[in-house]
Amino acid sequence: MEPEAAKLIGAGLASIALAGAGIGIGHIFGNYLAGALRNPSAAQGQFANLLLGFALAEATGLFGLVMAFIILFVF
Amino acid sequence: MAVENAPVHGAGAGIEIDPMHQFEIQPLVKLDLFGIDASFTNASLWMVIAVVLVTGLTIWGMSGRALVPGRLQSVAELSYEFVANMVRENVGSAGQRYFPFIFTLFMFVLAANMLGMVPYSFAVTSHIIVTFALAAFIFIAVTVIGFITHGLGFLRFFVPAGVPSFMLVLLVPIEIISYLTRPMSLSVRLFANMMAGHTMLKVFGAFVVGLGILGGWAPLAFLVAFTGLEVLVAFLQAYVFAILTCIYLNDALHMH
Repeated sequence: MEPEAAKLIGAGLASIALAGAGIGIGHIFGNYLAGALRNPSAAQGQFANLLLGFALAEATGLFGLVMAFIILFVF
Repeated sequence: MAVENAPVHGAGAGIEIDPMHQFEIQPLVKLDLFGIDASFTNASLWMVIAVVLVTGLTIWGMSGRALVPGRLQSVAELSYEFVANMVRENVGSAGQRYFPFIFTLFMFVLAANMLGMVPYSFAVTSHIIVTFALAAFIFIAVTVIGFITHGLGFLRFFVPAGVPSFMLVLLVPIEIISYLTRPMSLSVRLFANMMAGHTMLKVFGAFVVGLGILGGWAPLAFLVAFTGLEVLVAFLQAYVFAILTCIYLNDALHMH
């Protein structure tokens, strides 16, 4: 297999990690919404934790995307 | 590498997609310091613009010192309060002395991210070296602060309380490794968000141009919405960078 083709396939495979990011982000926001609908007055206080949790969940998925870019452009 | 900056040709449609060209660093004023390339590049230019913007906002905004603030002073006071609350909540009173640093960090990353959203500008934080420089500085500073505050007792940070001794052999290396990955995750989070966002903006921009007058409206609508999302992400990533710094600082000052 040519290295060019292997790079493209590898980058595509590495991007599958973003599925985890999608699930994690949906999970966090879903739990926040469920809690906010139960206890609306406490929801605003947790908004900061929501944003922090979202960023941390997205970061792990983006590490996979960075691996894809490394495979595509560094090797 | 011939493939790095070569545009990708969309199969059959003849659309030329070149999302990586926007990240190229171009020297504006060539300088050679003792053999090291210290040119003033487009990245340097936009960092200077970010600093000038933040300095102008804080100094010029507060020059009026009105008791009931006007618009610019409101913005300066709001950003001050936002960061001050973040530091007070996450670090406590011992962290107040580090507020100027956290404020500078937050405002710089925010300005750099936002300036990257301006068309034809350059996203400074979309380069790993920039975010890694910030994250490495924060990591080393926080570790040094931890050792200064607690002496060698800071190493007890890696030994969680109430763990049976036989598990410590496994747990302490894991704790140390996860501590050492903090600068990596901090820098890569910001870098990946910025680079992925701008790459996607460029790709959809190429779709708009490629589909022309008849079909270009669909990707254009998505592009407008996605640009809005990218502005939100710019603010969010700056906020997350600053709040994680506060959390790491809290770990160093009050261990757990």
